[in-house]
Amino acid sequence: MKPLKRYFPIFVLPTLIAFSVAFLIPFIMGLYLSFTEFTTVENAIFVGFKNYITAFTEGDDFLNALWFTVKFAATSVITINLFAFILALMLTRKIWGTNLFRTVFFMPNLIGGIVLGYIWQLIINGVLLPYGYAITSDERFGFWGLVVLMNWQMIGYTMIIYIAGLTSVPTDILEAAKVDGAGVFTTLFKITIPSVMPSITICLFLTITNSFKMFDQNLALTAGAPSGSTKMLALDIYETFYGKIGFEGVGQAKAVIFFIIVAAIALTQLVLTRRKEVEQ
Amino acid sequence: MSSRKISRIKMFLILLAAGITFLLPIFIVIINSFKYKFSITDTPFTLPNADSFAGFENYVNGINQTDFPLAFFWSLFITVFSVAAIIIFTSMTAWYIVRAKSPLTSILYYALVFSMIVPFQMVMFTMSKVANILRLDNPVGIIIIYLGFGAGLSVFMFSGFVKSVPKTVEEAATIDGCNTLQTYFLVVFPILKPTTVTVAILNTMWIWNDYLLPYLVIGNDYKTIPVAVQYLKGGYGSVDMGALMAMLVLSIIPVIIFYLTSQKYIIKGVAAGAVKG
Repeated sequence: MKPLKRYFPIFVLPTLIAFSVAFLIPFIMGLYLSFTEFTTVENAIFVGFKNYITAFTEGDDFLNALWFTVKFAATSVITINLFAFILALMLTRKIWGTNLFRTVFFMPNLIGGIVLGYIWQLIINGVLLPYGYAITSDERFGFWGLVVLMNWQMIGYTMIIYIAGLTSVPTDILEAAKVDGAGVFTTLFKITIPSVMPSITICLFLTITNSFKMFDQNLALTAGAPSGSTKMLALDIYETFYGKIGFEGVGQAKAVIFFIIVAAIALTQLVLTRRKEVEQ
Repeated sequence: MSSRKISRIKMFLILLAAGITFLLPIFIVIINSFKYKFSITDTPFTLPNADSFAGFENYVNGINQTDFPLAFFWSLFITVFSVAAIIIFTSMTAWYIVRAKSPLTSILYYALVFSMIVPFQMVMFTMSKVANILRLDNPVGIIIIYLGFGAGLSVFMFSGFVKSVPKTVEEAATIDGCNTLQTYFLVVFPILKPTTVTVAILNTMWIWNDYLLPYLVIGNDYKTIPVAVQYLKGGYGSVDMGALMAMLVLSIIPVIIFYLTSQKYIIKGVAAGAVKG
Protein backbone atom coordinates (compact mmCIF):
# COMPACT_ATOMS: atom_id res chain seq x y z
CA MET A 1 0.00 0.00 0.00
CA LYS A 2 3.08 2.23 0.13
CA PRO A 3 2.83 3.52 -3.47
CA LEU A 4 -0.60 4.91 -2.55
CA LYS A 5 1.17 7.88 -0.92
CA ARG A 6 2.19 9.13 -4.34
CA TYR A 7 -1.48 9.54 -5.18
CA PHE A 8 -2.23 11.90 -2.32
CA PRO A 9 -2.15 14.98 -4.58
CA ILE A 10 -4.71 13.48 -6.96
CA PHE A 11 -7.05 11.84 -4.48
CA VAL A 12 -7.02 14.21 -1.53
CA LEU A 13 -5.60 17.57 -2.49
CA PRO A 14 -8.59 18.95 -4.48
CA THR A 15 -10.98 18.18 -1.62
CA LEU A 16 -8.49 19.41 0.97
CA ILE A 17 -7.95 22.73 -0.80
CA ALA A 18 -11.68 23.33 -1.30
CA PHE A 19 -12.37 22.32 2.30
CA SER A 20 -9.67 24.65 3.62
CA VAL A 21 -10.87 27.59 1.56
CA ALA A 22 -14.59 27.11 2.21
CA PHE A 23 -14.52 25.88 5.78
CA LEU A 24 -11.28 25.38 7.68
CA ILE A 25 -9.67 28.80 7.21
CA PRO A 26 -12.98 30.72 7.58
CA PHE A 27 -13.77 28.72 10.73
CA ILE A 28 -10.45 29.51 12.43
CA MET A 29 -10.63 33.13 11.26
CA GLY A 30 -14.16 33.30 12.63
CA LEU A 31 -13.11 32.03 16.05
CA TYR A 32 -10.33 34.60 16.21
CA LEU A 33 -12.43 37.48 14.88
CA SER A 34 -15.06 36.91 17.55
CA PHE A 35 -12.50 38.32 19.99
CA THR A 36 -11.79 41.39 17.88
CA GLU A 37 -13.40 44.54 16.61
CA PHE A 38 -13.36 44.80 12.83
CA THR A 39 -15.17 46.00 9.75
CA THR A 40 -13.06 44.55 6.95
CA VAL A 41 -11.10 41.71 8.66
CA GLU A 42 -7.76 43.42 7.89
CA ASN A 43 -8.36 46.06 10.57
CA ALA A 44 -9.18 43.64 13.43
CA ILE A 45 -8.21 44.77 16.94
CA PHE A 46 -8.17 42.28 19.81
CA VAL A 47 -10.78 43.15 22.45
CA GLY A 48 -11.06 39.96 24.52
CA PHE A 49 -14.57 38.90 25.51
CA LYS A 50 -16.09 42.31 24.85
CA ASN A 51 -18.14 41.09 21.86
CA TYR A 52 -19.59 38.22 23.84
CA ILE A 53 -20.66 40.59 26.58
CA THR A 54 -22.12 43.03 24.06
CA ALA A 55 -24.05 40.19 22.38
CA PHE A 56 -26.04 39.68 25.56
CA THR A 57 -26.21 43.23 26.87
CA GLU A 58 -26.69 45.47 23.80
CA GLY A 59 -30.48 45.44 23.50
CA ASP A 60 -32.45 42.24 23.98
CA ASP A 61 -32.23 41.11 20.35
CA PHE A 62 -30.04 38.09 20.86
CA LEU A 63 -31.79 36.79 23.97
CA ASN A 64 -35.16 37.36 22.31
CA ALA A 65 -34.03 35.50 19.23
CA LEU A 66 -32.68 32.68 21.39
CA TRP A 67 -35.93 32.38 23.34
CA PHE A 68 -38.03 32.60 20.17
CA THR A 69 -35.90 29.90 18.55
CA VAL A 70 -36.21 27.61 21.57
CA LYS A 71 -40.01 28.06 21.68
CA PHE A 72 -40.25 27.51 17.94
CA ALA A 73 -38.03 24.43 17.99
CA ALA A 74 -39.92 22.86 20.90
CA THR A 75 -43.32 23.42 19.27
CA SER A 76 -42.25 22.26 15.82
CA VAL A 77 -40.46 19.18 17.09
CA ILE A 78 -43.54 17.97 18.93
CA THR A 79 -46.05 18.70 16.15
CA ILE A 80 -43.89 17.45 13.28
CA ASN A 81 -43.01 14.17 14.96
CA LEU A 82 -46.55 13.55 16.15
CA PHE A 83 -48.13 14.11 12.72
CA ALA A 84 -45.33 12.30 10.89
CA PHE A 85 -45.61 9.28 13.16
CA ILE A 86 -49.38 9.06 12.80
CA LEU A 87 -49.11 9.32 9.01
CA ALA A 88 -46.37 6.69 8.98
CA LEU A 89 -48.53 4.34 11.07
CA MET A 90 -51.40 4.72 8.60
CA LEU A 91 -49.19 4.39 5.54
CA THR A 92 -47.68 1.11 6.73
CA ARG A 93 -51.16 -0.46 6.73
CA LYS A 94 -52.72 -2.00 3.68
CA ILE A 95 -54.55 1.03 2.43
CA TRP A 96 -55.20 1.95 -1.16
CA GLY A 97 -52.83 4.57 -2.57
CA THR A 98 -50.12 4.53 0.11
CA ASN A 99 -47.42 5.24 -2.45
CA LEU A 100 -49.30 8.19 -3.86
CA PHE A 101 -49.84 9.63 -0.37
CA ARG A 102 -46.19 9.19 0.48
CA THR A 103 -45.24 11.07 -2.68
CA VAL A 104 -47.60 13.93 -1.84
CA PHE A 105 -46.57 14.29 1.80
CA PHE A 106 -42.88 14.32 0.97
CA MET A 107 -43.07 16.81 -1.90
CA PRO A 108 -42.90 20.10 0.08
CA ASN A 109 -39.53 19.00 1.46
CA LEU A 110 -37.94 19.58 -1.93
CA ILE A 111 -39.08 23.17 -2.24
CA GLY A 112 -36.53 25.76 -1.16
CA GLY A 113 -36.96 27.80 2.02
CA ILE A 114 -37.37 31.17 0.30
CA VAL A 115 -40.15 29.88 -1.96
CA LEU A 116 -41.82 28.12 0.97
CA GLY A 117 -41.79 31.36 2.93
CA TYR A 118 -43.60 33.31 0.23
CA ILE A 119 -46.15 30.56 -0.39
CA TRP A 120 -47.15 30.63 3.27
CA GLN A 121 -47.02 34.39 3.50
CA LEU A 122 -49.70 34.55 0.81
CA ILE A 123 -51.88 31.97 2.55
CA ILE A 124 -51.55 33.30 6.09
CA ASN A 125 -52.13 36.88 4.98
CA GLY A 126 -55.19 35.66 3.09
CA VAL A 127 -56.57 33.95 6.19
CA LEU A 128 -55.93 36.99 8.42
CA LEU A 129 -57.21 39.56 5.90
CA PRO A 130 -60.95 39.35 6.79
CA TYR A 131 -60.01 40.15 10.40
CA GLY A 132 -57.93 43.13 9.34
CA TYR A 133 -54.57 41.62 10.24
CA ALA A 134 -51.45 40.58 8.38
CA ILE A 135 -48.73 38.11 9.40
CA THR A 136 -46.58 41.04 10.44
CA SER A 137 -49.21 42.48 12.83
CA ASP A 138 -48.43 40.29 15.80
CA GLU A 139 -45.61 38.07 16.99
CA ARG A 140 -48.02 35.15 17.48
CA PHE A 141 -49.03 35.15 13.81
CA GLY A 142 -45.40 34.95 12.76
CA PHE A 143 -44.68 32.25 15.31
CA TRP A 144 -47.53 29.98 14.28
CA GLY A 145 -46.90 30.79 10.63
CA LEU A 146 -43.36 29.50 11.00
CA VAL A 147 -44.58 26.42 12.87
CA VAL A 148 -47.13 25.60 10.15
CA LEU A 149 -44.55 26.16 7.43
CA MET A 150 -42.01 23.95 9.17
CA ASN A 151 -44.60 21.23 9.63
CA TRP A 152 -45.54 21.35 5.97
CA GLN A 153 -41.89 21.07 4.99
CA MET A 154 -40.67 18.48 7.49
CA ILE A 155 -43.61 16.11 8.10
CA GLY A 156 -43.01 14.18 4.88
CA TYR A 157 -39.32 13.86 5.56
CA THR A 158 -39.71 12.58 9.13
CA MET A 159 -42.56 10.34 7.96
CA ILE A 160 -40.21 8.61 5.50
CA ILE A 161 -37.79 7.78 8.32
CA TYR A 162 -40.61 6.53 10.54
CA ILE A 163 -41.94 4.36 7.71
CA ALA A 164 -38.47 2.83 7.28
CA GLY A 165 -38.41 2.12 11.03
CA LEU A 166 -41.95 0.74 11.18
CA THR A 167 -41.52 -1.67 8.28
CA SER A 168 -38.60 -3.28 10.08
CA VAL A 169 -40.66 -4.08 13.19
CA PRO A 170 -40.84 -7.88 13.20
CA THR A 171 -44.37 -8.98 12.28
CA ASP A 172 -44.24 -12.15 14.38
CA ILE A 173 -44.03 -10.10 17.59
CA LEU A 174 -47.01 -8.02 16.46
CA GLU A 175 -48.98 -11.16 15.66
CA ALA A 176 -48.01 -12.78 18.96
CA ALA A 177 -49.31 -9.67 20.74
CA LYS A 178 -52.58 -9.89 18.84
CA VAL A 179 -52.94 -13.58 19.75
CA ASP A 180 -52.34 -12.70 23.39
CA GLY A 181 -55.19 -10.21 23.13
CA ALA A 182 -53.22 -6.96 23.31
CA GLY A 183 -55.25 -3.92 22.27
CA VAL A 184 -54.25 -1.37 19.66
CA PHE A 185 -52.77 1.05 22.18
CA THR A 186 -50.98 -1.62 24.20
CA THR A 187 -49.34 -2.88 21.02
CA LEU A 188 -48.43 0.67 20.02
CA PHE A 189 -46.84 1.68 23.32
CA LYS A 190 -45.41 -1.67 24.39
CA ILE A 191 -44.13 -3.00 21.07
CA THR A 192 -44.19 -0.58 18.14
CA ILE A 193 -42.76 2.54 19.80
CA PRO A 194 -39.95 0.73 21.68
CA SER A 195 -38.87 -1.01 18.47
CA VAL A 196 -38.69 2.22 16.48
CA MET A 197 -36.80 4.13 19.18
CA PRO A 198 -33.73 4.58 16.93
CA SER A 199 -35.90 6.25 14.27
CA ILE A 200 -37.50 8.43 16.93
CA THR A 201 -34.08 9.60 18.16
CA ILE A 202 -32.98 10.43 14.61
CA CYS A 203 -36.19 12.31 13.84
CA LEU A 204 -36.17 14.27 17.08
CA PHE A 205 -32.65 15.52 16.52
CA LEU A 206 -33.16 16.13 12.84
CA THR A 207 -36.15 18.34 13.58
CA ILE A 208 -34.41 20.10 16.49
CA THR A 209 -31.29 20.99 14.48
CA ASN A 210 -33.29 22.00 11.43
CA SER A 211 -35.54 24.21 13.55
CA PHE A 212 -32.56 25.79 15.26
CA LYS A 213 -30.73 26.52 12.03
CA MET A 214 -33.75 27.84 10.12
CA PHE A 215 -32.95 30.97 8.12
CA ASP A 216 -34.45 31.17 4.60
CA GLN A 217 -38.02 30.50 5.71
CA ASN A 218 -37.70 33.05 8.50
CA LEU A 219 -36.33 35.68 6.14
CA ALA A 220 -39.06 35.14 3.54
CA LEU A 221 -42.07 34.65 5.82
CA THR A 222 -41.68 37.45 8.39
CA ALA A 223 -38.12 38.82 8.10
CA GLY A 224 -38.43 39.29 11.87
CA ALA A 225 -41.51 41.54 11.77
CA PRO A 226 -43.09 43.03 13.80
CA SER A 227 -40.03 44.92 15.07
CA GLY A 228 -37.70 41.95 15.22
CA SER A 229 -39.92 39.88 17.52
CA THR A 230 -40.03 36.88 15.16
CA LYS A 231 -36.31 36.86 14.47
CA MET A 232 -34.64 33.53 15.02
CA LEU A 233 -30.96 33.08 15.91
CA ALA A 234 -29.63 32.70 12.36
CA LEU A 235 -31.49 35.78 11.13
CA ASP A 236 -30.39 37.83 14.14
CA ILE A 237 -26.75 36.91 13.48
CA TYR A 238 -27.15 37.78 9.81
CA GLU A 239 -28.61 41.18 10.65
CA THR A 240 -25.92 41.91 13.22
CA PHE A 241 -23.28 41.24 10.56
CA TYR A 242 -24.81 43.02 7.62
CA GLY A 243 -27.36 45.37 9.17
CA LYS A 244 -25.26 47.40 11.60
CA ILE A 245 -21.86 48.86 10.76
CA GLY A 246 -19.23 48.23 13.44
CA PHE A 247 -21.01 45.18 14.86
CA GLU A 248 -19.22 42.54 12.78
CA GLY A 249 -17.28 41.34 15.83
CA VAL A 250 -20.48 41.02 17.84
CA GLY A 251 -22.08 39.13 14.94
CA GLN A 252 -19.15 36.73 14.91
CA ALA A 253 -19.36 36.25 18.69
CA LYS A 254 -23.08 35.47 18.36
CA ALA A 255 -22.22 33.02 15.58
CA VAL A 256 -19.75 31.24 17.86
CA ILE A 257 -22.41 30.92 20.58
CA PHE A 258 -24.86 29.65 17.95
CA PHE A 259 -22.26 27.10 16.83
CA ILE A 260 -21.74 25.91 20.40
CA ILE A 261 -25.49 25.43 20.90
CA VAL A 262 -25.91 23.47 17.66
CA ALA A 263 -22.78 21.40 18.36
CA ALA A 264 -24.04 20.60 21.87
CA ILE A 265 -27.31 19.31 20.40
CA ALA A 266 -25.44 17.19 17.85
CA LEU A 267 -23.10 15.74 20.49
CA THR A 268 -26.03 14.86 22.74
CA GLN A 269 -27.55 12.95 19.85
CA LEU A 270 -24.27 11.16 19.21
CA VAL A 271 -23.95 10.11 22.85
CA LEU A 272 -27.59 8.98 23.01
CA THR A 273 -27.39 6.90 19.83
CA ARG A 274 -24.10 5.35 20.90
CA ARG A 275 -25.57 4.35 24.24
CA LYS A 276 -28.61 2.83 22.52
CA GLU A 277 -26.36 0.81 20.24
CA VAL A 278 -24.49 -0.56 23.23
CA GLU A 279 -27.72 -1.53 24.96
CA GLN A 280 -28.98 -3.44 21.95
CA MET B 1 -63.60 -8.33 9.46
CA SER B 2 -66.09 -5.70 8.47
CA SER B 3 -65.11 -3.42 11.34
CA ARG B 4 -61.55 -3.54 10.11
CA LYS B 5 -62.72 -2.66 6.62
CA ILE B 6 -64.56 0.35 8.02
CA SER B 7 -61.47 1.50 9.90
CA ARG B 8 -59.49 1.20 6.69
CA ILE B 9 -61.98 3.37 4.86
CA LYS B 10 -61.80 5.90 7.71
CA MET B 11 -58.02 5.95 7.51
CA PHE B 12 -58.15 6.38 3.76
CA LEU B 13 -60.46 9.37 4.16
CA ILE B 14 -58.16 10.92 6.79
CA LEU B 15 -55.18 10.44 4.48
CA LEU B 16 -57.13 11.88 1.58
CA ALA B 17 -58.00 14.98 3.60
CA ALA B 18 -54.38 15.34 4.71
CA GLY B 19 -53.16 14.86 1.15
CA ILE B 20 -55.46 17.57 -0.16
CA THR B 21 -54.34 19.89 2.65
CA PHE B 22 -50.73 19.25 1.67
CA LEU B 23 -51.37 20.08 -1.98
CA LEU B 24 -53.61 23.08 -1.32
CA PRO B 25 -50.82 25.66 -0.79
CA ILE B 26 -49.29 24.85 -4.17
CA PHE B 27 -52.71 24.95 -5.81
CA ILE B 28 -53.44 28.36 -4.27
CA VAL B 29 -50.15 29.77 -5.57
CA ILE B 30 -50.89 28.41 -9.05
CA ILE B 31 -54.38 29.95 -9.26
CA ASN B 32 -53.06 33.25 -7.98
CA SER B 33 -50.32 33.32 -10.57
CA PHE B 34 -53.09 33.79 -13.16
CA LYS B 35 -54.79 36.68 -11.37
CA TYR B 36 -54.23 40.43 -11.39
CA LYS B 37 -52.18 41.59 -8.42
CA PHE B 38 -55.01 43.34 -6.59
CA SER B 39 -57.23 40.27 -6.56
CA ILE B 40 -54.24 38.31 -5.22
CA THR B 41 -53.98 40.42 -2.07
CA ASP B 42 -57.75 41.00 -1.69
CA THR B 43 -59.18 37.58 -2.52
CA PRO B 44 -56.36 35.03 -2.54
CA PHE B 45 -58.64 32.02 -2.15
CA THR B 46 -60.94 32.51 -5.12
CA LEU B 47 -60.47 31.11 -8.58
CA PRO B 48 -59.74 33.65 -11.29
CA ASN B 49 -62.89 35.05 -12.90
CA ALA B 50 -63.53 37.24 -15.93
CA ASP B 51 -62.35 40.35 -14.04
CA SER B 52 -59.33 38.95 -12.29
CA PHE B 53 -57.94 36.55 -14.90
CA ALA B 54 -54.61 37.91 -16.08
CA GLY B 55 -53.56 35.17 -18.48
CA PHE B 56 -49.81 34.88 -18.58
CA GLU B 57 -49.20 38.55 -17.86
CA ASN B 58 -47.67 37.78 -14.43
CA TYR B 59 -45.33 35.28 -16.00
CA VAL B 60 -44.17 37.80 -18.58
CA ASN B 61 -43.65 40.46 -15.89
CA GLY B 62 -41.92 38.09 -13.53
CA ILE B 63 -39.58 36.72 -16.16
CA ASN B 64 -38.68 40.25 -17.23
CA GLN B 65 -38.17 41.57 -13.71
CA THR B 66 -36.01 38.71 -12.50
CA ASP B 67 -34.39 37.62 -15.74
CA PHE B 68 -35.64 34.16 -14.87
CA PRO B 69 -34.06 32.21 -17.76
CA LEU B 70 -30.65 33.48 -16.71
CA ALA B 71 -31.31 32.65 -13.05
CA PHE B 72 -32.43 29.19 -14.12
CA PHE B 73 -29.25 28.79 -16.13
CA TRP B 74 -27.01 29.80 -13.22
CA SER B 75 -28.87 27.55 -10.79
CA LEU B 76 -28.53 24.63 -13.18
CA PHE B 77 -24.90 25.37 -14.00
CA ILE B 78 -23.82 25.72 -10.38
CA THR B 79 -25.83 22.71 -9.18
CA VAL B 80 -24.71 20.32 -11.94
CA PHE B 81 -21.02 21.16 -11.78
CA SER B 82 -20.86 21.39 -7.99
CA VAL B 83 -22.55 18.02 -7.59
CA ALA B 84 -20.27 16.47 -10.22
CA ALA B 85 -17.20 17.89 -8.47
CA ILE B 86 -18.44 16.70 -5.09
CA ILE B 87 -19.08 13.16 -6.35
CA ILE B 88 -15.73 12.75 -8.09
CA PHE B 89 -13.44 14.40 -5.56
CA THR B 90 -15.07 13.40 -2.28
CA SER B 91 -15.41 9.75 -3.31
CA MET B 92 -11.72 9.71 -4.23
CA THR B 93 -10.81 11.32 -0.93
CA ALA B 94 -13.01 8.91 1.02
CA TRP B 95 -11.40 5.92 -0.68
CA TYR B 96 -7.92 7.26 0.01
CA ILE B 97 -8.75 8.00 3.66
CA VAL B 98 -9.98 4.44 4.20
CA ARG B 99 -7.25 2.66 2.21
CA ALA B 100 -4.21 4.74 3.17
CA LYS B 101 -4.99 5.18 6.82
CA SER B 102 -2.51 7.46 8.56
CA PRO B 103 -2.66 10.04 11.36
CA LEU B 104 -2.93 12.74 8.70
CA THR B 105 -5.90 11.21 6.91
CA SER B 106 -7.58 10.50 10.25
CA ILE B 107 -7.28 14.15 11.23
CA LEU B 108 -8.71 15.18 7.87
CA TYR B 109 -11.59 12.74 8.29
CA TYR B 110 -12.51 14.06 11.73
CA ALA B 111 -12.19 17.67 10.53
CA LEU B 112 -14.61 16.85 7.70
CA VAL B 113 -17.09 15.16 10.03
CA PHE B 114 -16.77 18.10 12.42
CA SER B 115 -17.71 20.54 9.64
CA MET B 116 -21.11 18.86 9.37
CA ILE B 117 -22.24 20.19 12.73
CA VAL B 118 -21.07 23.77 12.23
CA PRO B 119 -23.92 26.10 11.23
CA PHE B 120 -23.35 28.24 8.16
CA GLN B 121 -23.58 31.53 10.09
CA MET B 122 -20.36 30.63 11.89
CA VAL B 123 -18.33 30.92 8.70
CA MET B 124 -20.49 33.01 6.37
CA PHE B 125 -18.71 36.31 6.85
CA THR B 126 -15.15 35.01 6.76
CA MET B 127 -15.91 32.56 3.94
CA SER B 128 -17.34 35.35 1.74
CA LYS B 129 -14.21 37.34 2.52
CA VAL B 130 -11.85 34.47 1.59
CA ALA B 131 -13.86 33.77 -1.58
CA ASN B 132 -13.57 37.42 -2.51
CA ILE B 133 -9.81 37.60 -1.91
CA LEU B 134 -9.20 34.40 -3.89
CA ARG B 135 -11.48 35.57 -6.74
CA LEU B 136 -13.85 32.68 -6.20
CA ASP B 137 -16.80 35.08 -6.29
CA ASN B 138 -18.06 33.89 -9.68
CA PRO B 139 -20.14 30.92 -10.92
CA VAL B 140 -17.03 28.80 -11.46
CA GLY B 141 -15.32 29.69 -8.20
CA ILE B 142 -18.44 28.96 -6.18
CA ILE B 143 -18.16 25.33 -7.31
CA ILE B 144 -14.98 25.09 -5.21
CA ILE B 145 -16.84 26.58 -2.24
CA TYR B 146 -19.62 24.02 -2.64
CA LEU B 147 -17.06 21.22 -2.90
CA GLY B 148 -15.59 22.40 0.39
CA PHE B 149 -18.94 22.65 2.16
CA GLY B 150 -20.32 19.44 0.70
CA ALA B 151 -17.17 17.48 1.53
CA GLY B 152 -18.15 16.72 5.14
CA LEU B 153 -21.32 14.75 4.56
CA SER B 154 -20.16 13.30 1.24
CA VAL B 155 -16.80 11.96 2.45
CA PHE B 156 -18.56 10.61 5.53
CA MET B 157 -21.11 8.71 3.46
CA PHE B 158 -18.64 7.45 0.86
CA SER B 159 -16.11 6.24 3.42
CA GLY B 160 -18.84 4.33 5.23
CA PHE B 161 -19.46 2.43 2.02
CA VAL B 162 -15.82 2.01 1.00
CA LYS B 163 -15.18 0.16 4.28
CA SER B 164 -17.56 -2.55 3.08
CA VAL B 165 -15.81 -2.97 -0.29
CA PRO B 166 -13.47 -6.00 -0.11
CA LYS B 167 -9.83 -5.16 -0.78
CA THR B 168 -9.41 -8.34 -2.84
CA VAL B 169 -11.37 -6.78 -5.72
CA GLU B 170 -8.85 -3.97 -5.92
CA GLU B 171 -5.89 -6.31 -5.54
CA ALA B 172 -7.18 -8.44 -8.42
CA ALA B 173 -7.36 -5.34 -10.60
CA THR B 174 -3.79 -4.41 -9.65
CA ILE B 175 -2.58 -7.89 -10.58
CA ASP B 176 -4.38 -7.50 -13.92
CA GLY B 177 -2.17 -4.49 -14.54
CA CYS B 178 -4.34 -1.55 -13.50
CA ASN B 179 -2.57 1.40 -11.91
CA THR B 180 -4.15 3.06 -8.89
CA LEU B 181 -6.20 5.55 -10.91
CA GLN B 182 -7.50 2.85 -13.24
CA THR B 183 -8.32 0.61 -10.31
CA TYR B 184 -10.24 3.41 -8.69
CA PHE B 185 -12.26 4.54 -11.70
CA LEU B 186 -12.79 1.19 -13.41
CA VAL B 187 -13.34 -1.00 -10.36
CA VAL B 188 -14.06 0.92 -7.15
CA PHE B 189 -16.11 3.87 -8.39
CA PRO B 190 -18.75 1.71 -10.14
CA ILE B 191 -19.20 -0.30 -6.92
CA LEU B 192 -19.94 2.92 -5.01
CA LYS B 193 -22.99 3.66 -7.19
CA PRO B 194 -25.71 3.36 -4.51
CA THR B 195 -23.91 5.89 -2.30
CA THR B 196 -23.13 8.06 -5.33
CA VAL B 197 -26.86 8.33 -6.06
CA THR B 198 -27.61 9.25 -2.45
CA VAL B 199 -24.81 11.81 -2.28
CA ALA B 200 -25.89 13.30 -5.62
CA ILE B 201 -29.50 13.68 -4.51
CA LEU B 202 -28.74 15.18 -1.10
CA ASN B 203 -26.32 17.69 -2.59
CA THR B 204 -28.62 18.57 -5.51
CA MET B 205 -31.48 19.36 -3.13
CA TRP B 206 -29.22 21.47 -0.96
CA ILE B 207 -27.41 23.43 -3.69
CA TRP B 208 -30.44 24.00 -5.91
CA ASN B 209 -32.40 25.52 -3.02
CA ASP B 210 -29.52 27.26 -1.28
CA TYR B 211 -30.06 30.97 -0.82
CA LEU B 212 -27.60 32.61 1.55
CA LEU B 213 -24.33 31.20 0.21
CA PRO B 214 -24.84 32.21 -3.45
CA TYR B 215 -26.35 35.52 -2.32
CA LEU B 216 -23.27 36.40 -0.26
CA VAL B 217 -20.65 35.08 -2.66
CA ILE B 218 -21.99 35.95 -6.13
CA GLY B 219 -25.37 37.61 -5.47
CA ASN B 220 -24.48 41.01 -6.87
CA ASP B 221 -23.53 39.80 -10.31
CA TYR B 222 -25.15 36.39 -10.72
CA LYS B 223 -28.54 35.45 -9.34
CA THR B 224 -29.65 31.89 -8.82
CA ILE B 225 -33.40 31.16 -8.63
CA PRO B 226 -33.78 31.58 -4.84
CA VAL B 227 -31.73 34.79 -4.95
CA ALA B 228 -33.84 36.10 -7.86
CA VAL B 229 -37.10 35.34 -6.00
CA GLN B 230 -35.87 37.07 -2.85
CA TYR B 231 -34.62 40.00 -4.93
CA LEU B 232 -38.07 40.41 -6.48
CA LYS B 233 -39.70 40.49 -3.07
CA GLY B 234 -36.98 42.25 -1.14
CA GLY B 235 -36.49 45.07 -3.63
CA TYR B 236 -37.59 48.55 -2.66
CA GLY B 237 -40.97 49.91 -3.64
CA SER B 238 -44.21 47.98 -3.87
CA VAL B 239 -43.96 44.30 -4.58
CA ASP B 240 -45.58 42.98 -7.73
CA MET B 241 -47.52 40.12 -6.15
CA GLY B 242 -48.54 38.76 -9.56
CA ALA B 243 -44.96 38.49 -10.72
CA LEU B 244 -43.99 36.92 -7.38
CA MET B 245 -46.68 34.24 -7.69
CA ALA B 246 -45.58 33.43 -11.23
CA MET B 247 -41.96 33.16 -10.10
CA LEU B 248 -42.93 30.85 -7.24
CA VAL B 249 -44.68 28.57 -9.73
CA LEU B 250 -41.71 28.65 -12.11
CA SER B 251 -39.33 27.81 -9.24
CA ILE B 252 -41.43 24.84 -8.17
CA ILE B 253 -41.86 23.29 -11.63
CA PRO B 254 -38.25 22.05 -12.09
CA VAL B 255 -38.23 20.65 -8.54
CA ILE B 256 -41.45 18.72 -9.13
CA ILE B 257 -40.23 17.36 -12.46
CA PHE B 258 -37.01 16.23 -10.78
CA TYR B 259 -39.01 14.67 -7.95
CA LEU B 260 -41.48 12.79 -10.13
CA THR B 261 -38.78 11.41 -12.41
CA SER B 262 -36.43 10.17 -9.69
CA GLN B 263 -38.77 9.83 -6.73
CA LYS B 264 -37.66 6.33 -5.81
CA TYR B 265 -34.02 7.39 -5.46
CA ILE B 266 -34.86 10.63 -3.70
CA ILE B 267 -36.90 8.99 -0.95
CA LYS B 268 -34.35 6.23 -0.49
CA GLY B 269 -31.46 8.71 -0.55
CA VAL B 270 -33.03 11.06 1.93
CA ALA B 271 -33.78 8.21 4.32
CA ALA B 272 -30.19 6.92 4.02
CA GLY B 273 -28.77 10.43 4.49
CA ALA B 274 -30.85 11.04 7.60
CA VAL B 275 -29.87 7.79 9.22
CA LYS B 276 -26.19 8.53 8.73
CA GLY B 277 -26.22 12.27 9.32
